[in-house]
Amino acid sequence: MLLLNSFLFCGAICMISQIILDHTKLTPGHITSLLVVLGAFLDSFDIYDKIIEIVGGGAQLPITSFGHSLVHAALKKAETNGLMGIFMGMFDLTATGITTAIVFSFLFTMLFRPKD
Amino acid sequence: MIFFVLDKLLLVKNMRDLKYEKIANSHKAPEKKFQNALIAFFSGGFLGFLAEGIIEVLMWKFELSRMISATYMIVFFIFFASLFTALGFFDQWVAKFKCGLIIPITGFAHSMTSSSLDYRTEGPIYGIGSNMFKLAGSVILYGVLSAWFFGTIRYLIGVIG
Repeated sequence: MLLLNSFLFCGAICMISQIILDHTKLTPGHITSLLVVLGAFLDSFDIYDKIIEIVGGGAQLPITSFGHSLVHAALKKAETNGLMGIFMGMFDLTATGITTAIVFSFLFTMLFRPKD
Repeated sequence: MIFFVLDKLLLVKNMRDLKYEKIANSHKAPEKKFQNALIAFFSGGFLGFLAEGIIEVLMWKFELSRMISATYMIVFFIFFASLFTALGFFDQWVAKFKCGLIIPITGFAHSMTSSSLDYRTEGPIYGIGSNMFKLAGSVILYGVLSAWFFGTIRYLIGVIG
């Protein structure tokens, strides 16, 4: 059941953004930024956590989950450290994604010659 | 007299422009918006299906918790998106599947790898270093800004309420 939900949810987000891309003048950069802000907004009212419970991995793959985990980690740290915790814990959960993206893109840039 | 002639010329030019536009529009490839949306739905859905499948296989095979296996899943996707971009055929996939590959985390990895590959010839500092976050930077900037804003509001509501 989670597999089907993942398929539908991830597909729906991609389809909506494709429709926005085709019908307006927004670029992919605009749309990804908008989706990150949307994910952060949804998580500040615990909506995205419920979506992840229902959908599973399909909700953790799109870029909306990036905004979700930023807010999630910041609020978790804020429970113990107060308002300062929002600054301290911001990257706790997304660190994996950013670090692996930096490391792999640097390594593969060094290893392979660009094709054109 | 001269003005009249100029006017006439301008009119002819305008008419020519209009005619040109008409002809150009008739030869433009029709945008397949419906088909694009359908392709994005199925390719994005397939990636989501794969993500949940990887999580469940890791949980079942290695008895990891759901959170750890989700982290492995994200690393897996970023690794293959970077590798395929560096090998040169991910760009063709993005052109074909569009938002189905841009919106998942693969698009983030793809934008970083492709911009650092493009500027590699300009050296490690001013080439790779300053251009790697050219496209992914906006995601991080607005993500952190909005997360700070919403997180502060949420925390203050929790403190007061």
